[in-house]
Amino acid sequence: MDLSYGSEYESFREGVRRFIAENKASAPRAGIGVASGRAGGDLIGWQAKLIEHGYAARNIPREYGGYGAEPDILKRVILDEELNAAGVSRGIGGQGPEMLVPTLLEHGSESQKRDWIGPTIRGEVVWCQGYSEPGAGSDLANVQTRAVEDGDDFLITGQKIWTTTAHLAQMMFGLFRTEPGASKHGGLSYMLVPMDTPGIEVRPLATMTGESEFNEVFFNEARVPQSNVVGERGEGWKIANTTLRHERTMLAASAQLESALLALLALMKEEQSNGVRAIDSPLLRDRLLRLQSRVLALKYHDLRMLTARIRGESPGTAALVTKLAGCEVSHQIAALGIDVMGELGVLYEGSPRERNGGRWQALHMFSLGLIIGGGTAQIQKNIISERGLGMPREPVAQFQLQEQR
Amino acid sequence: MDFALSEEQMLLAKTLERYLEEECPITRVRELVAERAGHDGGTWKDLSELGVAGILVPEEHGGSGLTLLDSAATAESLARGVAPVPFLGSAVMAPIALAAAGSREQQARWLPLLATGDCRVGVAATELVSTRDGAGVEERSGCLHGTALMVIDGPGADHFLVPLAGGERLAWVDAQAPGLSTTRLKTIDRTRGFAELELDGVKVEEWLGEGGAARDATRRMLTAGRAVLAADLLGACARAIELAVAYAGQREQFGRVIASFQAVKHLCAEMVAELEPARSLVWYAAYAFDAVPADAEKMACHAKAHLSEIGPFIVRTAIEVHGGVGFTDEQNLHYWFKRVGVDRQLLGHPDSLREEAARLQGWVD
Repeated sequence: MDLSYGSEYESFREGVRRFIAENKASAPRAGIGVASGRAGGDLIGWQAKLIEHGYAARNIPREYGGYGAEPDILKRVILDEELNAAGVSRGIGGQGPEMLVPTLLEHGSESQKRDWIGPTIRGEVVWCQGYSEPGAGSDLANVQTRAVEDGDDFLITGQKIWTTTAHLAQMMFGLFRTEPGASKHGGLSYMLVPMDTPGIEVRPLATMTGESEFNEVFFNEARVPQSNVVGERGEGWKIANTTLRHERTMLAASAQLESALLALLALMKEEQSNGVRAIDSPLLRDRLLRLQSRVLALKYHDLRMLTARIRGESPGTAALVTKLAGCEVSHQIAALGIDVMGELGVLYEGSPRERNGGRWQALHMFSLGLIIGGGTAQIQKNIISERGLGMPREPVAQFQLQEQR
Repeated sequence: MDFALSEEQMLLAKTLERYLEEECPITRVRELVAERAGHDGGTWKDLSELGVAGILVPEEHGGSGLTLLDSAATAESLARGVAPVPFLGSAVMAPIALAAAGSREQQARWLPLLATGDCRVGVAATELVSTRDGAGVEERSGCLHGTALMVIDGPGADHFLVPLAGGERLAWVDAQAPGLSTTRLKTIDRTRGFAELELDGVKVEEWLGEGGAARDATRRMLTAGRAVLAADLLGACARAIELAVAYAGQREQFGRVIASFQAVKHLCAEMVAELEPARSLVWYAAYAFDAVPADAEKMACHAKAHLSEIGPFIVRTAIEVHGGVGFTDEQNLHYWFKRVGVDRQLLGHPDSLREEAARLQGWVD
């Protein structure tokens, strides 16, 4: 264990502070919750500055448009701390930079890396993830959308659902059934699909938040070159699991939780009931401290996982719990934010007296979606117990077998 | 730059676990504590030879001069084996107080005896956190008067560390001193010893530190104790989970092992999902004690509070996974349940620790 801040780190922190001081005026503010969608010009400009200084895409090799630094967990901690403390955006995240880019680095061809990593980390290309289908949710390997070989291309037909940002995305990465005779898991390929391909139709899916964060995507013989397959044909399941691992880390990133907790603290210092600030209520304060315990635990847990990754060690069971633990904390932070506002906590849709643009309600509902999405909490528990603890899978229920007979 | 236990720390933990498995397995613990709760001299002597007693004592005084993170790794191993030894008082709190506030002469006199495990120290820390039943110790014309409740590692102690006036002064008292009487207390956990001290004009053997030095030493001792208790909780929980998973893999009902039922698997997954992030919190709290002083008190409060919240959930769930047999004396699960139950209450229960963490961050008016 060594997190000592030598002079190298002190000067790194100084550099970050100076950068923030010089650029704060043009820096987009940090939001709570998971920002996704197409980045505006200010965010794209901010991201370019962050990359230039090594404050975003820090460990992405230079030849693919990143900063090319060696992974260093302490610098990453310093960056998160300083950007969080200043309340400025940590740059462009989401499915492209945080899920696809690590997957391409691990499995992509040289030309796929050159074509896609740079534009993705700069925010020029927005990605959506084509995994889930109406019949392939928790049972993800049951993907039925088929890609039929046609010359040098595939013709894709079928339907995806829960496709975040599909209405904004230029590109999709996803799982498609390319090997009809093969096994359930062995028949899938991981493919990159331009969203402007003729035969693709996107329909927004309204959710309980009142927004349409997700979509349904319909494919009708959409033509995609075979060279868009990442890795080998039939290896899609393995590659998708790489992406999912990154997704589960992203959905519960502790830096996100820390900035939400800071926003909650600010709210509690502001909000008053009967002339008493929320932070001065022992009951509400205790709830804040309980959440702080959990956020701190996840923060140091991230450092532990990062260390294992840098050393090339398998962190084992410990790595499987992040999504389950983190998404729950996010939901509870939002719940406390609402309670702090009492009756006014229910105000929404830009109502008079609404606080923070209704974002506490939005986060409360959206984080419930995150508890379900990316593998439900119950699927996470199966993964933890089966892959982590080596417990056996549940056998197929008897009554199903009898019905089939 | 890394966030992980060192190879030496993992080796230390492995060595202790192997020793306890071979020499002091749960069947042996049962025998040792059957007659009388508290500490087993033989086990403590063996562990002292492995370096456990002197882990924090500086090398110049015969110890290993290691860090609190090493102590935390040790505490985790001891709790896994529910070892009946006076680690917290004699090997953590006392050496830290002596090293922080003792004069050179006092350190040279006592630290070598702590390092070999020959001097056992009971720590009267309860009144630092809360006073009940009119307890408390004060000085009148050079002698100590009063009562100290729930003295950690009190039974069998050779000396007592007695903070006065909320830690402004720190007294080192000979257990044989006239006017001192010790009553052994019975708790749910037979693997640790607690005593009540009655002081009626007891002469102070040494005053440790003057003014600010005693106060700071008391804070350090309390902070270290909390971080190590968090590690103890961690070890007890980790072992309880292993036992539950192993049992579920053997026990058959409805024609299959119960580990194949999602209802059982999800309980196990929930325990792990609580424990693993908490492990990282404990490591950082122990690391911060030596390396990040500004964070140390707050992190010890959080670690102790958080582990005290998830601990009871984990050990009761581990018992539930066992079903009825988990509730029996014979299955031994209750040793870890009780260890957790005692850890939770010591040196500040979770609510008061969170309040202290809030105060340390300036969130309390």
